[in-house]
Amino acid sequence: MTIAANPVANVGRATLEFLADVGRLCIFAAQSLLAVFTPPFYFANLGRQLLSVGFYSLPVVGLTALFTGAVLAQQIYIGTGRFNAEATVPTIVVFGITRELGPVIASLMVAGRVAAAMAAELGTMRVTEQIDALTTLATNPFRYLIAPRVLAATLMLPILVLIGDIIGVMGGWLLATTVLDYNSIGYLQRTVDFLETWDVISGLIKAGVFGFIIALMGCYQGFNSSGGAQGVGRATTNAVVSASILILAANYIITSIAFTD
Amino acid sequence: MGTPKLSLEGVRKRFGSKVVLDGVDLEVYPGESVVVMGGSGTGKSVMLKCVLGLIQPDSGRILLDGRDITHLRGREREQLLRRFGMLFQGGALFDSLRVWRNVSFGLMSAQRMSKRDARARAVDILAKVGLGPDVGDLRPAELSGGMQKRVALARAIATNPEIIFFDEPTAGLDPIMADVINKLIIERVRDLGATALTITHDMASARKIADRIGMLHAGKIIWAGPVAEIDRSGNPYVEQFIHGRAEGPITMAVRRQ
Repeated sequence: MTIAANPVANVGRATLEFLADVGRLCIFAAQSLLAVFTPPFYFANLGRQLLSVGFYSLPVVGLTALFTGAVLAQQIYIGTGRFNAEATVPTIVVFGITRELGPVIASLMVAGRVAAAMAAELGTMRVTEQIDALTTLATNPFRYLIAPRVLAATLMLPILVLIGDIIGVMGGWLLATTVLDYNSIGYLQRTVDFLETWDVISGLIKAGVFGFIIALMGCYQGFNSSGGAQGVGRATTNAVVSASILILAANYIITSIAFTD
Repeated sequence: MGTPKLSLEGVRKRFGSKVVLDGVDLEVYPGESVVVMGGSGTGKSVMLKCVLGLIQPDSGRILLDGRDITHLRGREREQLLRRFGMLFQGGALFDSLRVWRNVSFGLMSAQRMSKRDARARAVDILAKVGLGPDVGDLRPAELSGGMQKRVALARAIATNPEIIFFDEPTAGLDPIMADVINKLIIERVRDLGATALTITHDMASARKIADRIGMLHAGKIIWAGPVAEIDRSGNPYVEQFIHGRAEGPITMAVRRQ
């Protein structure tokens, strides 16, 4: 039966496959969460992941935050200038960074680094039978490989985003004081005057969720990869793409459900 | 001969429409070394993975010491796997860990042995496969294929398993290194008093290692007997295989499982 001959069957098959995929991912997520909370815990593995997800992502997150903050200040200056409200630039910059751009851009950058690395490493371990070898050595691969990665990413993303927030605000301040003739103290004063704790906290909560998504997609794609080098390459691409899309979708859902005030 | 150490009863497994195992029956007795031979893509690896629980068979039973282990999961499966050792075809060494950590992985991870004890044990076990203590500090990627096989063998025997699986132990090795590995397998298995199940298509290796040989073809064990009888099996499939003839009843599968 060709595809053209029976479009209905084809749509049905694609739908079923999609639902099966979603189901597999949900089971995988549940198993990962369970593994995070059941001993034995592999603290050395967790430490390695904390370092690789957190510390080594600092340059990427810092640089993107710096440029994002600067360009945000520039654009908002132009926009607010149209109705003589340039004084609101610091407030809008910090609001935009803490609530949206900080968590989203940092997470997308980390997704590119970390989800890809996790998918490639676990994918290679899968195709070289190292994951099977773990199992035969009476070690649960979810606890040994996946729990440390998921936990590390969920813990480190909020910290990275907090640092990114600070650097982003600094980027805006740097541009405002050097290019746009803002007064340094006045700019910083304005930044904190209208900032609420919740602006920062809501962004950090998002970051935690995004961190979970990044590790989950990296591990899921890598763990289920097959077909040699090509399969590992496919897993890596899928991990980054699916993590990025899920981050943006989750961002919208979280914002519209929980952070509308 | 009493209760078999391991027995497979009518084990079936298919992937999609492709039937890989079509009712495999096999018995391995305590202390015995059984070799299952068969062409590439005949489901030899799938058979081992079914026993280890890495793949769930569709039907049939797998018994260890007479106890049904087919559907054990979770902690029970982990407990069970401690009694097994497995040498993977490609070695499957953890390339993020040094050789001594690979060898002592089962001891440290599953048996919670201290780092110092585990390291000392690793050196002992490496010596048993003919490797010096200095090898322990290397990474698997720094070793040649034959050396990796030795380390993988060391890892498989480190926890003193009761039953050891060897998946194509001599694949990809030169004839001399292959013989070294064969000899090591025989010695170590005898040492441990373990039961061994090997899958291979290397006839020289099979003759050397085996007490009994079985031939897997089209998802079934089509012939089994003592190694001495392999040359007069009277089975055309076995004849073709041991003489490595292109012509005969066996046609090669194109797709892998």
